[in-house]
Amino acid sequence: MPPKPRLSRETVVNILLALMLLAFPLGASAMGETFYITLATRIVVLALAAVGLNIALGLGGLVSFGHAAFFGLGGYVAGILSTHAFNAEPLLFGIEGTTSMPVIWLVAVMICGIIALPIGAISLRTTGVYFIMITLAFAQMIYFFAVSWPAYGGEDGLSIYVRNEFPGVNTAQPLSFFLICYVLLMLALGLFWLLRGARFGAALEAGRQNATRLAAVGIAPFNIRLVAFVVSAMMTGIAGALFADLNKFVSPSMLSWHMSGELIVLIILGGKARLFGPVAGAMLYVLIEYALGGITEHWQFFLGLILLCVVLFARGGLLGLLAGKARHG
Amino acid sequence: MSIALLIEQLLNGLQLGVMLFLMAAGLTLIFGVMGLINLAHGSLYMVGAFACAAVAAATGSFWIGLVASLIASAAAGAITEIVVIRRLYDRDHLDQVLATFALILMFSEGMRWLFGSFPLYLDIPPLLQGAVPLPGVGQYQLYRLAIIGVGIVVAIGLYFLIARTRLGMRIRAGESDREMIGALGVDIRTLYTVVFALGAALAGLAGAMVGALQSVQVGMGEPVLILAFVVIVIGGIGSIKGALFGAILVGVVDTMGRFLLPKIFALVLPAAQAGLIGAALASMLIYIVMAFILAFRPSGLFAAQS
Repeated sequence: MPPKPRLSRETVVNILLALMLLAFPLGASAMGETFYITLATRIVVLALAAVGLNIALGLGGLVSFGHAAFFGLGGYVAGILSTHAFNAEPLLFGIEGTTSMPVIWLVAVMICGIIALPIGAISLRTTGVYFIMITLAFAQMIYFFAVSWPAYGGEDGLSIYVRNEFPGVNTAQPLSFFLICYVLLMLALGLFWLLRGARFGAALEAGRQNATRLAAVGIAPFNIRLVAFVVSAMMTGIAGALFADLNKFVSPSMLSWHMSGELIVLIILGGKARLFGPVAGAMLYVLIEYALGGITEHWQFFLGLILLCVVLFARGGLLGLLAGKARHG
Repeated sequence: MSIALLIEQLLNGLQLGVMLFLMAAGLTLIFGVMGLINLAHGSLYMVGAFACAAVAAATGSFWIGLVASLIASAAAGAITEIVVIRRLYDRDHLDQVLATFALILMFSEGMRWLFGSFPLYLDIPPLLQGAVPLPGVGQYQLYRLAIIGVGIVVAIGLYFLIARTRLGMRIRAGESDREMIGALGVDIRTLYTVVFALGAALAGLAGAMVGALQSVQVGMGEPVLILAFVVIVIGGIGSIKGALFGAILVGVVDTMGRFLLPKIFALVLPAAQAGLIGAALASMLIYIVMAFILAFRPSGLFAAQS
């Protein structure tokens, strides 16, 4: 893309969205409304998970219906490590648990990467509906394992009694925890932007548009896609760890196929393959959820209706509406 | 472990398989003919179960309830097709997944709205209550045998419908070339609605029959839906033969896994641990089987030619 002298409309919208997302909890904090800070944190964490999925789904066209697996794994890493630290019981092989967030994130990234590698390698042999279904199957496998394995709460889930710590920050304070999540989201968006602009991103998008041509110029689509899938899983894993810390609770519902569906919904609501698509989607989704939940107990019905209308009539999502058509096909 | 118990579990697996076949047949037909991936199929199963339970409670007759479930689910299917699904045929799978995901939310919440959050109960009809003696097994629940029987009848009926009737000919033609049969003057929109309603009715039938074994509640369709997807993916999407084979395989493997794995682990491990590992592995078993099959046959065992 040629350099543009002026900011494009999408960039302006993106900056506005980022500022709004930051201003909302700051304002809420000034008025002492902790609930709204938690709501904003929820938006940020869900957006982070969806930015991760957007690498595979948006750029690579890999419709993973199993990203809840990585979201939940990240959550369980946070839950299990902090439980062991809390009870002062060593994990396997004498390794101690920890309550340090950076360590938890690192472990979550590693675990998600290690598990995403074989899942991706097997799933990417298939395409289309089969890919959707096999990623779903792998997520269900992990879901049922979590449900039936009683050591970490099984179906009842696992509580995190004290929110994990970040050096130099009091994470128990809602606003500080929000800021940690917000910085991570911005870093993730930066990474997404770098990846999309790099040769890797170009190859990934080319593979989505025409895999045969990509192969003809000497780049194996499989390898590119596998890397994208693994990176995407890692990012979603960090979001999972934050989500567990936000709720101070992790349960198999984080691994369920509903969660996978929700992550896809966030991307589509906001705008597929757009940098800020997941952010706009998460903002809209959580606000709809919150606003409808206040009006009717049957809010899920109307959420479904809104979603249906977006899919049928508003292709391109919220960003398509605000910032016009995407420049990337 | 006695042989009788083993055969009983095998029959239970067969019953689960038959039930899955009713779901999977509709799903695979809809995918094969319209190229649509329908997550809301489990909701039609739920509609069938609720219709049967509500009508049976009002009239006192399971059989009227069963007829009502067929009508209600076919009607729900036809209306959904005309209002929503029709717009999705030309879209990519992502849009289809999302729109039908939205339909699940609407169906589930709609049912909760109509019937409340408490589960409904449906009794096994007096005619099919009790158990029958089977050679080598002892007693086996008559109702479960009846479900297996219904499944076999439906499988044969579907075979005749598709291979021998005019409607079946059109369905097969629609699978291989939809533009061409439109050009030949077949009203393809009506055909699609009919196929969708047929699939919905099969799902409703499955829901009504299972409703008498379990409680009828919101969300009951989702676990079955996922299993039905596993079935059609294993069998090869679009193939009814594959759906039948996949359904029996999944039903039997799941049931036998839950029954046998803890016992197998008990041979080498202490009982408590064996039960734990066996149960955990058993709940993952069919997904492992599916991943294994797809790793070697990426488009299923009986991939339809397209």
